[in-house]
Parts: sequence; C-alpha cells; structure tokens
Amino acid sequence: MNNILNQIGIENYIFLSVLLFCIGVFGVLYRRNAIIVFMSIEIMLNAVNLLFVAFSTYHQDSEGQVFVFFSMAVAAAEVAVGLAILVSVFRNLGSIDIDNLKNLKG
Amino acid sequence: MQTLIAITALGVFCLIAEIFNLRKLLVPVTVVGLLAVLGLTLQLWSIDPALDTRYTSMIAVDGFASAFSTLFVLLTLFLVLMSDTFYQEHPTKFSDFVAIKIFLLAGAVAMVSFTNLSMFFLGIEVLSISLYVLAASKRLDIKSNEAGMKYFLMGSFASGIILFGICLIYGAMMSFDVTFIKEMSRSAELPIWFPIGIILVVIGMLFKIAAAPFHFWAPDVYEGSPALTTATMSTLAKVTAMATLFKLLSVMNADIDSKFQMVIVVVSILSMSIGNLMALRQDNVKRMLAFSGISHAGFMLMALLSISNAGSMLLYYAAAYALAGIAAFAVIVSVTGDGGNETTARFNGLGKTHPLLAAILTASLLSMAGIPIFSGFFAKFMLFSQTIQSGYLFLVIVGVINSIISVGYYFKLILAMYTKEAGEGKQAVPLVYTIVAVLSIAFNIIIGLYPALVTDLLG
Repeated sequence: MNNILNQIGIENYIFLSVLLFCIGVFGVLYRRNAIIVFMSIEIMLNAVNLLFVAFSTYHQDSEGQVFVFFSMAVAAAEVAVGLAILVSVFRNLGSIDIDNLKNLKG
Repeated sequence: MQTLIAITALGVFCLIAEIFNLRKLLVPVTVVGLLAVLGLTLQLWSIDPALDTRYTSMIAVDGFASAFSTLFVLLTLFLVLMSDTFYQEHPTKFSDFVAIKIFLLAGAVAMVSFTNLSMFFLGIEVLSISLYVLAASKRLDIKSNEAGMKYFLMGSFASGIILFGICLIYGAMMSFDVTFIKEMSRSAELPIWFPIGIILVVIGMLFKIAAAPFHFWAPDVYEGSPALTTATMSTLAKVTAMATLFKLLSVMNADIDSKFQMVIVVVSILSMSIGNLMALRQDNVKRMLAFSGISHAGFMLMALLSISNAGSMLLYYAAAYALAGIAAFAVIVSVTGDGGNETTARFNGLGKTHPLLAAILTASLLSMAGIPIFSGFFAKFMLFSQTIQSGYLFLVIVGVINSIISVGYYFKLILAMYTKEAGEGKQAVPLVYTIVAVLSIAFNIIIGLYPALVTDLLG
C-alpha cells in the first residue's frame, strides 16, 4: 500500500482531492436544484475523506482513518436533517428550486 | 468533562420524558438540571482555579473552558425557561425542542473545551445540526422553511471548508492534538499545507460567526426562524463560535504574524461598518438585530489581535452582548408572539401599555449601543483600550464611529416605544418572559457595575 503511495506521490492525491472539492464548491454555487446542491456538498466532504485516508497512509498513522468515520457519521446526520427540510420546503412550495426561496430579503 | 456528560444525560432525559408523558414536569426538571450543571461546573472550577485537567487528549477543562461553559449554561437556562410558553401550541413536539436545545449546549461546551481537532469538529457539527432543525421548526411556515434551508446550505458548506482545513493541518502535522500541533508549528519547516489549513478553518469559522464577507446568510436566517431560535442563534451560537475561534487560534499558533493580523483588522472593520450601515435601513426587528449581531462580531474579532491576554475581555464582551440579547429577545417574543408582524411599528406605544417591558428593551438596546452603567459600555471600553495597546489606533477609531452609528438604529426602536401612540389594545404578556427579561438585564447591569466579577475570572 505504502509502495503504491510512494510511486504516485502524496501531491497527486492532494491535487485530486482539491479538484473534487472544487467540483463540489462550484456545484453548490452554480446549481439551482436543491438535491444537486446536497450532492455537491457530499462531494466536498468525500473529497476530504479521500485526502484523510491518503494522509493517514502517508504518515503510517491510523488517526486519520478514524476521523473519516466521524466525518461520515456527521455527513449522514447532516443530510438526514437537510432532506427533512427539503421535504417540508417541497410540501409548501411544490418545487425544490432554490431560486424560489425569495420570501426573505431587505 | 463531567459538565459535558451531565448535559448529555439531561438531553437524553428530555427525550425519555416524552415517552412517559411527563411534559408538565419537563421544564421544571430541565431548569433544575441546568442549575445543577451550573453548580457542578462552578464547583469543579472553584476547587482548583488553575484547573487544567485533560481527558485522554480529547478535552481539557481549564479556566477558559469553565468560564465560557458557565455562560453557555446560563444562556440555555434562559432559553429553556422561555420555551414552555413559546411552544405551547405544539405540545407534541415540545420535549424534542427542549432536548435539541440541551444537545446544542453539549456541542457548545465541547467546542470551547476541545484539545483535539476531532472534538472541535464534532462539537461544531452538534451545534450546527441542532440549529438547522430549530431554524426550520415551524414546518408549515414558508419563511421558516426558507430560513432552515438557507442556514443548512451555508452551514454545511462552511463545515466542508472547516473539514478540509482540518485535513490539511493533519497532513502537515501528523496529529489532531492541538498541544502537539502547537509545539510542531514553532519548530521545523512546515509544509505549505499547514497555513492553508489554518486559513480554511478560519474562513469556515467566520461563516459560523457571520463576520463581514461571509455574513450574507445571517439576516435572512434570523428573520425567517421562529423568534426563540433567532434568540438562540444571535446569543448562544454567535458567542460560542467566537470563543471557539479565539481558542483555536490561541492554542494552535501562539504568535499570529502581522499579515494575518491585517486580515483580521480588515474583516473586523468590514463587519462593523456593513452591519451598522445595513441595520439603519431595516424595519423588521429581528433583521435589525441580525445586522447588529454582525457588527458585534466585528467588535469581538478585535480580541483576536491581542490573543495572548484578551481572553477575559472576550468573555466580558460575550457575556454583556449575550445577556442584553436575551433580554431584548424576551421582550420581542412577548410582544410579537410566535411569528406574524415583527416590524418596528408593532412596538409603538409599548412605553405606555407595558412600561416594564419597554424599559427592559431600552436598557438592553442601550447596553448593545455601549452606554455607561450597562455592561456593553465597559465591554467596548476594555476591548478598545486593549486594542490601542496592541497598536491599532485606526481600528479603534472606526470602532468608536461605528458605536455612534449604531445608536441611530437602536434609538429608532426606543423612540417608537415612547413617542408613538399604540395601535392595538393592550395584550397580555406571559409572566415567564418578563421574569427572564428582568433576570438577564439584571445580570447585565450587575456585571456592568462590577466588571471585576467577570474580568478577574481569567487572570
């Protein structure tokens, strides 16, 4: 495992994760469908998980992999709450386009 | 540690009480429980004032953590006291709301007593997820839905950024333990990931405290959420996030370099100015207090400039701001009830119909504006003199100008209460709101008259 990491190099893992993270960020900023925005947030969190595991192997240290479990559990809890909010928005508005959320401004 | 366990047990009790149909007992028992937690925290602290107990490198209970935990428990106590009357139309969900508030407190306590970045991350997530639920808790109200959705999207976006920052710090340091990170950050040459990681975590935390370039979600969320949730967000959550950012920076890199300090100065000036100028043209009271909260975040950020000795000043400012906020929101909740019209016009003539409530709201707004005998004045005074000592005179001048601007919109509400005629007839006000308002403004004035009570706590 460590051998493969040496051949590829930790930098490439960082580039991959940053790329995935940016895909997630741009998804949050530019997509208007709430479900796709949720998926983009998940991509952001999973990019970080990937990097955690890569660093964990790189350092020969298991703490990073344990942290991935925390962040996965937290992401699951977050999405559960988010989807619940989404359902109640859909019931009231009949749509999940976040451009329709315009009642509050000033 | 005992505090955290006791709070969590109390939260679980609230959930179990629902099963056994103990709704009537819920608030009294929770209040007694919170008082017990308060006593426990103070007692553990008073046994050994220089307390620094570590629990398997996850949590350290020291003076800073104990002092802020005490403040958080006190604020939650007020919020729980108000929730009995506030949620009386939702009897079936009532115990869930109280339990969520208690779990939120557990997250807040974890956030100020962490020594490991995983505990920090879990604490901030427990706090945020509880707040997403509370913000969207009026299920049939479109505004509350929208507030919850916006808060959720912005909050989890910020959490992703914080998580990425933690990951880069881990990659650079090989550990999540902050004491280890602090030692390492002084010694060897660091990978470039470490400063990037710190910057990402700070950006995420600025999102959570709603400081200037990252504040755009706050007014919408504060306006749409139920009034009691807005009270929670603008007092407990803001103070918690600020204390956590302070602790994070002070435990991880003891001497922040001058470029980073310039960033803090710019963010602080932007928050103060944008918050105050936007608040001038607001008519909705909750929205006005949201912008006022943004400007107070700017003031509190000044504490980061003299990070080694500003802990007690931050505590004092946080206590003054949060207690005034609780008092103001207790009056707002008792006037506007659960939703409906929240414009300034609703407060017309309150000085004649409810003199006590009007006096309390006036006092709390004057405290936020920084008028003497209320603690808000001494909080600003100490923070400003500390900032001058660290050599940021320009920042203090901007701060003073902003304090003067802020008087403008606070007085708009005060004038509405005392000079305009009441439109509607006199409405009954539940006793508990008045009690909470009186208690919290009394605490505010007491620490205003004896600032040493708070400032001596953290040496």
